[in-house]
Amino acid sequence: MKLSVLSGKGGTGKTLITVNLASVAEDSVYIDCDVEEPNAYLFFEPKSFKEDIVAVKSPRVDINLCSACKKCLEFCNFNALAYIKDKLLVFQELCHSCGACSILCPDKAITETDRPIGRVMVCQTSPKAPVSLYTGFLDPGEASGVPIINRLFDEAKNEADKDIFIDCPPGSSCLVMDSIKEADYCILVAEPTIFGVHNLAMVYDLVRLLKKPHGVVLNKCVEGENPVEAFCQDRGIKVLARIPFDKKLGEISSNAGIAAMEDKKYHEFFLSLLRIVKEELGCERATYPKR
Amino acid sequence: MKELLILSGKGGTGKTTIASAFIKLSQARAYADCDVDAPNLHLVAAWDTKPDREDYYGLPLAEIDKDLCIDCGICKDHCRFDAISDKDGYRVNPYACEGCGLCAYLCPAKAIRMEANLAGDMYLYLEDKASTDKVFSTAQLEIGQGTSGLLVSQVKKRMRQAASGVDLAIIDGSPGIGCPVIASLSGADMVLIVTEPSLSAISDMDRIVKTAKTFTDKLLVCINRYDTNIENSNKIRTYCSFHNLPLVGQIPFDPLAVKAINSGQTIVDIECSAGMAVRDLFTKTMEELYREAGK
Repeated sequence: MKLSVLSGKGGTGKTLITVNLASVAEDSVYIDCDVEEPNAYLFFEPKSFKEDIVAVKSPRVDINLCSACKKCLEFCNFNALAYIKDKLLVFQELCHSCGACSILCPDKAITETDRPIGRVMVCQTSPKAPVSLYTGFLDPGEASGVPIINRLFDEAKNEADKDIFIDCPPGSSCLVMDSIKEADYCILVAEPTIFGVHNLAMVYDLVRLLKKPHGVVLNKCVEGENPVEAFCQDRGIKVLARIPFDKKLGEISSNAGIAAMEDKKYHEFFLSLLRIVKEELGCERATYPKR
Repeated sequence: MKELLILSGKGGTGKTTIASAFIKLSQARAYADCDVDAPNLHLVAAWDTKPDREDYYGLPLAEIDKDLCIDCGICKDHCRFDAISDKDGYRVNPYACEGCGLCAYLCPAKAIRMEANLAGDMYLYLEDKASTDKVFSTAQLEIGQGTSGLLVSQVKKRMRQAASGVDLAIIDGSPGIGCPVIASLSGADMVLIVTEPSLSAISDMDRIVKTAKTFTDKLLVCINRYDTNIENSNKIRTYCSFHNLPLVGQIPFDPLAVKAINSGQTIVDIECSAGMAVRDLFTKTMEELYREAGK
């Protein structure tokens, strides 16, 4: 089973829910797709891991061969090339690594080299929970984490028979789309504010567009009116669980603790949420470990 | 015009809540929401007049004309974005295509054209259309589109053009450290980073500080909900002094803040402890912003 957790808005509790679900599942895999601001590794504190650099193709100009025809910079849709002071320059941060310039250069003056943009970390075990963690880090100043996300899924390919939990980045852009394209089920997390509703509506459109089965978890619920609850009711979206606002849960999470491993109540809670999701998916073959 | 940009790295730390309060306190006549992927500022800071809407076009995307396609596969072989599939004839996945145009260039049958790509909506609120009294620029990226620095730049450009004589602009940024954040950093005179006392937020703050520092040295930090974990708040304080970042405010956790937002108000519209702290934060931020300008 592949389960993606997304929210549109940041800070609603995606990582909290994914970390706890992965911790109560047996022998699970965790893919942290928020490569701009990864947090899951803080919770699992992996001790041993395999690390690898992620690089993209980057054009390099041999000035001796360049005849200044400027075909490359006329073609480049990303404005990553410029001709300044009789010299062809590459703006690496704007380059999308499409390879066009090196292919169409009539002088063969442009070749491609590998340029690191970040790294991936694969951790087979975590001392805090039975989870294999796949996480990536985009280098500060780099524009796009898409190659790192793709690499994470590549690395996790041979884990396909396990339960895979995918923690998505905020928003509903192509990064999120990449993170949910292989999901069998999507959990949408929302907090009870008008911001929460607005951003939930966007990811709701996204999962419908991709025809993914989905349900909502309401986080930080307090007494009184919940605008998200009303939104779900209006559209007939299944509410899988409600997590009440709880100082203790907040404290555990703010210290990167795993509530399901520290508190019996939360262990039961996330186990039950996992069961509900599996029932929704109709896969009851799985068994669940005792704590 | 002085531009104050509000960022956080981690989402949900309170960027928009603080931006909306600042807009109220400064009576800002120019502001923008650069979180084009999940905009929220309009929910608390827009007003009744209908905004001017304009289409936002991303880069044109490839489209294959099946009648002309000779199934040679050259396009698929060269596409670096895995955007072309050959199931039931060659086709382009518009969500994967980044619009480089290489396939159209290489296609021997001229079967590929680059087609216009409507990728979002831009909105410009003007209080009085005749004058430039007050301007709010925002946008909404279509779902599944590439994270767009270009749209962020457009949002800021529209604000600047409409608000030429304004002296202060407040800009609500997006979470993360990637393309939209980098685009929002260009031209910012001061960046206020909103963090919270969790280990996740501290890790994210470190990454946004590193990112922002490659563009500007004018960084300030404030801690939201500082009293929910005093120990971690102390860690933030240590971090700030180590990195020479002015800590300009601490806002307590306040359930009334959520109530204010849900009724479309800012937290300085109501009597509450968070609102009081934000007033203080605002004063200190403005002092820092105008210090070097001597204004």
